[in-house]
Amino acid sequence: MIAEEAIVVPAVDEQTETLLEVRGLEVDYGRARAVDGVDLEIRQGEILGLAGESGCGKTTIASSVLRILRPPGRVTGGEILFRGEDILRLKPEELRKFRWRNVSIVFQGAMNSLNPLMRVGDQFVDTLRAHERIDKKRALVRAGELLDLVGIDPRRLRAYPHELSGGMRQRVIIAIALSLTPELIVMDEPTTALDVVVQREILQQVDALKREFGFAVLFITHDVSLLLEFADRVSIMYAGEIVETTSAERLATKPLHPYTQGLLASFPPLTGPLTKLTGIPGAPPDLRDPPAGCRFHPRCPHCVPERPGLYTRQTTERPVLREIAPGHEVACHLVEEGDV
Amino acid sequence: MSAAELEVQGLTKHFAVGSAVRRSRLHAVDDVSFALRAGRVTALVGESGSGKSTVARILARLMEPTTGTILFRGGAPGDELRYRSEVQIIFQDPFDSLNPVKTIGHHVERPLRIHKVVPSDQVEGRVHELLAAVGLYPPAEIAAKYPHELSGGQRQRVAIARVLGVEPRVILADEPTSMLDVSIRIGILNLMRRLAEDRGIAFLYVTHDLAAARYVADDILVMYAGQIVEQGPIEEVLAEPLHPYTRLLLSAAPDPANLAPPAHIERTGGRAAAAVEPAEGCRFLPRCPLAVAVCSEVTPRLVEPHSGHAARCHVTAPSPTT
Repeated sequence: MIAEEAIVVPAVDEQTETLLEVRGLEVDYGRARAVDGVDLEIRQGEILGLAGESGCGKTTIASSVLRILRPPGRVTGGEILFRGEDILRLKPEELRKFRWRNVSIVFQGAMNSLNPLMRVGDQFVDTLRAHERIDKKRALVRAGELLDLVGIDPRRLRAYPHELSGGMRQRVIIAIALSLTPELIVMDEPTTALDVVVQREILQQVDALKREFGFAVLFITHDVSLLLEFADRVSIMYAGEIVETTSAERLATKPLHPYTQGLLASFPPLTGPLTKLTGIPGAPPDLRDPPAGCRFHPRCPHCVPERPGLYTRQTTERPVLREIAPGHEVACHLVEEGDV
Repeated sequence: MSAAELEVQGLTKHFAVGSAVRRSRLHAVDDVSFALRAGRVTALVGESGSGKSTVARILARLMEPTTGTILFRGGAPGDELRYRSEVQIIFQDPFDSLNPVKTIGHHVERPLRIHKVVPSDQVEGRVHELLAAVGLYPPAEIAAKYPHELSGGQRQRVAIARVLGVEPRVILADEPTSMLDVSIRIGILNLMRRLAEDRGIAFLYVTHDLAAARYVADDILVMYAGQIVEQGPIEEVLAEPLHPYTRLLLSAAPDPANLAPPAHIERTGGRAAAAVEPAEGCRFLPRCPLAVAVCSEVTPRLVEPHSGHAARCHVTAPSPTT
């Protein structure tokens, strides 16, 4: 049981200092530009949600931030600043230190990335000893403390991965990701493969740990309804671009981009009145040949030839992410013309 | 209420697990009874391993039950070919269920020819009708395409068009939307709803998504560790859940309509994996906040405190005799 009572009220400072800043990031896979001019900012100790449909480039951003992008994926433009230092320029040795020490990652289905032939404890020891001078005995003690933090009995250090349930293995991965006390943890669909009750338990734990240790989280998911409850701020991605960024609260009450609105209207409510939902007609574009102008325009309900001036802009001019209210950025011609 | 198209009584499925020396029996499905009615969507909800897909597979006759009866329109299922055309199943993965070297038209046409639904000179016309019925336009163009040219949502529509061809009375949909993107998902749910209403098809919608179940279904069956722990009209069950497991599921599921911080969930050890050689007593016991002494001694039965709304719990739905 995690010591919920022992966690004192957030010892984290004001969420003001920028930890990670992504500027104009461009990533290509051959002829397809998967990420096209993305700007993101993660502040110390906050949970930034990044949501979008499959193929929109969310995971590519996660891989770029850790510099684990696989060929043919290639960063072709922009910078990724961690505390002001561009990690795209790090040398291999600096990069090795940067990973895990500053940033760690939890993948979707990471629970299957544990070595099935090694006891859980030894996998912690490997991680710890790869990055710091620590003897095996002390490393195991640390591993036990970490397991305890994520709510697993430290005696389970002797267990093999197959002896643990999926939810427990995913918690082990989170504990390993925490082991070097990174300042940022990237979580890419960390709970998607898990049942809803287990998912809720893990998210609660991440939230409690975040309050205790003050790390920031980049939380990537397709499930916007989850982010509304769990994240501090949310960025919505569509076809390689960020279309809207704002606080989770404002996103729930005042989403402005038509794609965000459509996405939110794709989740039926669990309580209250039921109305017929429509989802979003059409399908995301082929990134080898994205539509001109706003990439969402072929699916946008507000893009109609009856309004020629606006229609021309929507179909020819690429919208730019602009701050339209404090802390609320949108890339949409319609919003710019004050029409939503 | 409309007549039962398909009814199961006391359905049980055991699997042998363990080594040859220490063989034990896993009760994947245990004493499951329910009816699917014309024009109604019944959601079957539960965690992975709870046995919900096994139920769907037994109903599709892809698997024989250990014990239990299946009644089709009140009688024995009878002729296998006929049963298989009247009771159709749709699977989770629309990327796996289509042959990549055959056109969409071919896929939709095959069942029409095998079950001789229409004379061969009308097959093409019917294929186009079916594609249009599931919202794939223009049908003639779609029919000439290959699976890789369609999106996931479109492929799932093809899978539905294909089962519709044989004019089934019952469609078993096993997580039909869980591989699809959220913006596409609603379209498939709306299609299921429309087919139930317009054609009077009885749907079994197997899912782990409570909100999607509420959106599309009339009735709900909640499964836990192989047993149905609660069943009834879905609005009633979700508004006033009786079983502590249903309550847990409801409190864990994210709800876009309610942004208040969700209630804190106590972490518990148990999980809904099907029971291996289960002992007498309630299977939810290790996770239950309401447990009393009797829960570890007697397996609760499904009891119906309100008409049509039943639960398997000694505390919230006590049996009148105990």
